[in-house]
Amino acid sequence: MSSDVTAPVSRAKSTGLHKGEPRPGVEKVDPILVADHVRRTFGGLTAVDVEHLEIPRHAITALIGPNGAGKTTLFNLLTGFDVPNEGEWRFNGKSLARVPAFKVARMGAVRTFQLTKALGRLTVLDNMKLGATGQRGERFFGSLLPFLWRKQDAEIEERAMELLQRFKLDAKAHDYAASLSGGQRKLLEMARALMSRPTLVMLDEPMAGVNPALTQSLLEHIFSLKDEGMTVLFVEHDMHMVRHIADWVVVMAEGRIVAEGPPDTVMRERAVIDAYLGGHQDVDLGVVTGRVAAEGELSSEALELVEEVKAFDAAIEAAESRQEEER
Amino acid sequence: MNFLQILSNTAAQILDPITIAYALAAVGLAVHFGFTGLLNMGVAGFMAMGAYGYAISVLTFGAPWWLAILVGIAAAVVFALVLGIPTLRLRGDYLAIVTIAAAEVARLLFLTGAFDPVTGSADGLSGYHTDFRAANPLPPGTYGFGPWQYNETQWWPRIFGLVLLALAVLLVWALMRSPWGRVIKGIREDEDAVRALGKNVFSYKMQALVVGGIICAVGGLVNALGANVNPGNFMTSQTFFVWTALLLGGAATIFGPVLGAVIFWVVQAFLSNLLPALVNIGWLPFLTSEQSQMLRFVLVGAALMLIVVFMPQGLLGNKKELTFVK
Repeated sequence: MSSDVTAPVSRAKSTGLHKGEPRPGVEKVDPILVADHVRRTFGGLTAVDVEHLEIPRHAITALIGPNGAGKTTLFNLLTGFDVPNEGEWRFNGKSLARVPAFKVARMGAVRTFQLTKALGRLTVLDNMKLGATGQRGERFFGSLLPFLWRKQDAEIEERAMELLQRFKLDAKAHDYAASLSGGQRKLLEMARALMSRPTLVMLDEPMAGVNPALTQSLLEHIFSLKDEGMTVLFVEHDMHMVRHIADWVVVMAEGRIVAEGPPDTVMRERAVIDAYLGGHQDVDLGVVTGRVAAEGELSSEALELVEEVKAFDAAIEAAESRQEEER
Repeated sequence: MNFLQILSNTAAQILDPITIAYALAAVGLAVHFGFTGLLNMGVAGFMAMGAYGYAISVLTFGAPWWLAILVGIAAAVVFALVLGIPTLRLRGDYLAIVTIAAAEVARLLFLTGAFDPVTGSADGLSGYHTDFRAANPLPPGTYGFGPWQYNETQWWPRIFGLVLLALAVLLVWALMRSPWGRVIKGIREDEDAVRALGKNVFSYKMQALVVGGIICAVGGLVNALGANVNPGNFMTSQTFFVWTALLLGGAATIFGPVLGAVIFWVVQAFLSNLLPALVNIGWLPFLTSEQSQMLRFVLVGAALMLIVVFMPQGLLGNKKELTFVK
């Protein structure tokens, strides 16, 4: 494990992904996934309302936003696990509207889940082998004729063991997946997704509940996905991690895309970070909500924050009125 | 009290067609519940499809015995499709509700007087054995030893049933060691995860429902070959007896259902012989001998609860799995 705990190496970011000024819905030079007017409502609540979104190819894109912003719902919509009320979206130029989830996965867009879905009473190795696509032995009648699938199964097993080695799970290969720790399950889920040789990997909160040492190795794994030519889209709350690995950041709030850009630019919009990611958790929330005590009782930091929040509110209003005009 | 007679009757139960029938049904249910995680509460309905499909084909349409068997199997396939298409897209519990209701609907349709010329309503069906017995390769005579002595007409359905049971076990073993079985077991654990890996979960669940349903139907058929067809056999309680046999032996095992069914019927036979005998010699003064027959069903219920609480993996189940039961 020691080789994994090296200091984080900062990698060169992919740049020049977009055309024109970074703004919500900006065009990309080479998008792998394009969504248009995707809207999903649950009763009266509009969970997702995305005008236009392009995900750049061969890059790591982070999707951030506060709880309830619609990030996971958007994930579900894009991967066919949920059906939007309206809208269309294309993956590699092919429309994915009303394509069932298993076909989306076969087309090369695999996802992981926020709450890990390790298949508990299967061994770790079986979990991995399940990830491989196009298995002859998975057809009903084919499965009864072992000579059809033995060789392919052996190849899949070899590949699974290689991946398990890379993810440091090879010692656990023959244990039930239920015996893995939470962090190991995250690793297993990512490794399992790679078995299908995807072109787009969508990770829903890969770092949630993972200890810092494991976070480092997970980061390395995400980098290596990019190195191997895959596109990564991930949802994350940890801003340090987003800053560290993302080439592009998309900010969602209340179902809409409110900001987009390279991490440094988006991060510079400190209002975004403060309001959406709680950069000032230690400051009395009364400041933000307007229930302010008498003048002079606020610290200078709080006063600064009030200014930022005001500026941010103005920015949101401007963005909203602009969107309404476009409609 | 003739204890030897009780033991002999108990041992004879091992080769009774009903035991073989339950073993087959339990193997089918293992495919549904143990491997795929489908809560099929309509086992009796599938068994009725096999039994009635066979008997009606012979009696009403004059089909040869082998064609009648295929009709029984086809009826089970249709039953599985009808149940599965609307429910397999929903959460698992819905399948349980629909199957238990559908099995009752099927039983009541067989019971009603409206179709009496075909189904025999409450009398059931009998007298369809001629063609099947004509295919018996055994020369006339009595064979066997100890408690297992039967003539050629009694042996033939038993041997035929055992062959079918062996084929079913072999089929399930071959399926479950293959990549197909891996997908099936993955669906049991978490179908969304399997869907995310590019597998058509609905199709796999349907295949499993059909395969298990066919094996259940063959169970009903084997019982029909050994005795007659009676709508009273296909009550919901039969479903729960098969569940007891399955959980006793081990739901996610190949031989567990067979062992469970044998133990279930051996214990049933033992108690049904022993309890009245105990009443007769005055050891159970609070029971009449009829009540003592009911007592064994009370004991079955208690046993089912004890198994689920203290031994959820069953006799042949992997102890390691027990650690991770959700």
